[in-house]
Amino acid sequence: MRHMVLIRLDPGQAADGPSETLLADMNTLLEEMTKAGVLLDTAGLGVEDTVRIRQTGGAQTVLDGPFTESKEIIGGYCLLQTRSTEEAVEWASRFLRVHGPEWDLEVEVRKVEGGQN
Amino acid sequence: MGSRGRSPKGRGRPELNPETARAPGPGAERARRAVEAAWRIEWPRLVAGLTRLVGDIATAEELAQDALVAALEQWPGAGVPPNPGGWLMLTAKHRAVDRIRRDANFARKLELLGRQTQFEAAEPSAPEPGIADDLLRMIFTACHPVLTPPARAALTLRMVGGLTTTEIARAYLVPESTVAQRIVRAKRTIAAKRIPYEVPEGAELTARLDSVLEVVYLIFNEGYTATSGERWVRAELCEDALRLARTLAALLPQEPEAHALAALIELQASRTTARSAAGNGLVLLPDQDRSHWNRLYIQRGFAALARAHTLNRTHAREPGRYALQAAIAAVHAMAPSAEETDWRRIAGLYAMLAQRFPSPVVELNRAVAVAMVHGPAAGLELADAVAATGTLDDYHLLHAVRGDLLSRLGRDAEARTAFRRAAELTANETEREMLLARAR
Repeated sequence: MRHMVLIRLDPGQAADGPSETLLADMNTLLEEMTKAGVLLDTAGLGVEDTVRIRQTGGAQTVLDGPFTESKEIIGGYCLLQTRSTEEAVEWASRFLRVHGPEWDLEVEVRKVEGGQN
Repeated sequence: MGSRGRSPKGRGRPELNPETARAPGPGAERARRAVEAAWRIEWPRLVAGLTRLVGDIATAEELAQDALVAALEQWPGAGVPPNPGGWLMLTAKHRAVDRIRRDANFARKLELLGRQTQFEAAEPSAPEPGIADDLLRMIFTACHPVLTPPARAALTLRMVGGLTTTEIARAYLVPESTVAQRIVRAKRTIAAKRIPYEVPEGAELTARLDSVLEVVYLIFNEGYTATSGERWVRAELCEDALRLARTLAALLPQEPEAHALAALIELQASRTTARSAAGNGLVLLPDQDRSHWNRLYIQRGFAALARAHTLNRTHAREPGRYALQAAIAAVHAMAPSAEETDWRRIAGLYAMLAQRFPSPVVELNRAVAVAMVHGPAAGLELADAVAATGTLDDYHLLHAVRGDLLSRLGRDAEARTAFRRAAELTANETEREMLLARAR
């Protein structure tokens, strides 16, 4: 089964970007996920130039970011293929664990619906 | 430390046992699930690492199992440690040392193997540098050609894929005892034949890699060409093979055929959904709704195939059997519709495949491609040549292909005979009905 792991964080925290240590730890983790055959895709998502288009009653409203409700910002994602939801949750939890105490972040693990793969 | 007595004896990875898992409190269930996940993730690496240390898969499994039971007891209270793999390995090593002290015979064996010093020298809390090597050793041992193909598949799924005996049995639609016995026998054979726990080098590696890749492909096919049973379980087997193929490609980044196999499996797996109809029937390639093909898998397949080609070019090597098969799968994946398929390219690839890795099945597939390019008469000539060898007499697709080509040539009576023969031979009910309909 596949799970989309959505990573929410306050982009204000990462003003200087992630530390060298975090980048190294993250690389190790991603390599581990690759070697376990579970990582399908992963990327960070930019915060600049964020645009929301809302459609209500057939009319579209374009909202240009940056947005203030920082907790709503999805900073990145991982698409995982595992045998169980628990396994995906554990990988997501490991992703959080490599971050130091200075980080305040949250992941959401969502099952990809439909199909058999 | 004193949990040995509570572990299910000699059964390898413990299935989650409610008796050991029960812990009071609202967070207990969550902790249990966390432990289960950690087991799934850590089991292969744990057993592989321990096998290197103790020199024996069965002992390694027991030690790993003890460590996992300890985790089940301690993590719900103490929380999941920051490095679960390291924690489990350290715990397992402690058990091993306990055992050495208790068991003079075990100690003597270890000393004979010169491994006791390794235990003491090992820096247990440091990240294991050799995890990739350990896993590779396990794959090459589990896929050793002295084992029967079903034993290789079962052992690989268990030791490298981290599946339980129950899961393997369900996936293969065989009794659990059969799987357990296959695994026990395989481990016994490995010990009796003194199969070295190592990754071979040079020409030996190339030869043995064939067996490793074949096992993963056979596992995939077992799930992909399901003729009976609960479909979802078989789809899981496809996923297990996908993960194994990706693992192999990541562990052997310089081996073009490892990437080629991953490419082939990704490309074939991309069609899983489109391939089965609502009524549990099989939808053949030309009839599939291509919008249901999984684009991500296709892209991953292309990327893996490109990697294989680059490696082959760098080392001035000819593409191997999986690279050629993946290239054929890629041509299908690229076609926006069945009508727009580049059959000329596919026929060319089959010609290369037939020349380098000749087999009657490849020749039959080539006949189909040639018929698409040069017409049914040219295809029939090739199919008849295959039929004349008699090797595929019992293979329903030979007769189905001949029936199709004969009917396109207007030789209806011969076509009916061929379709009837194909219908007699197929094990799939849906396919049989389809063939009988064409025989009328």
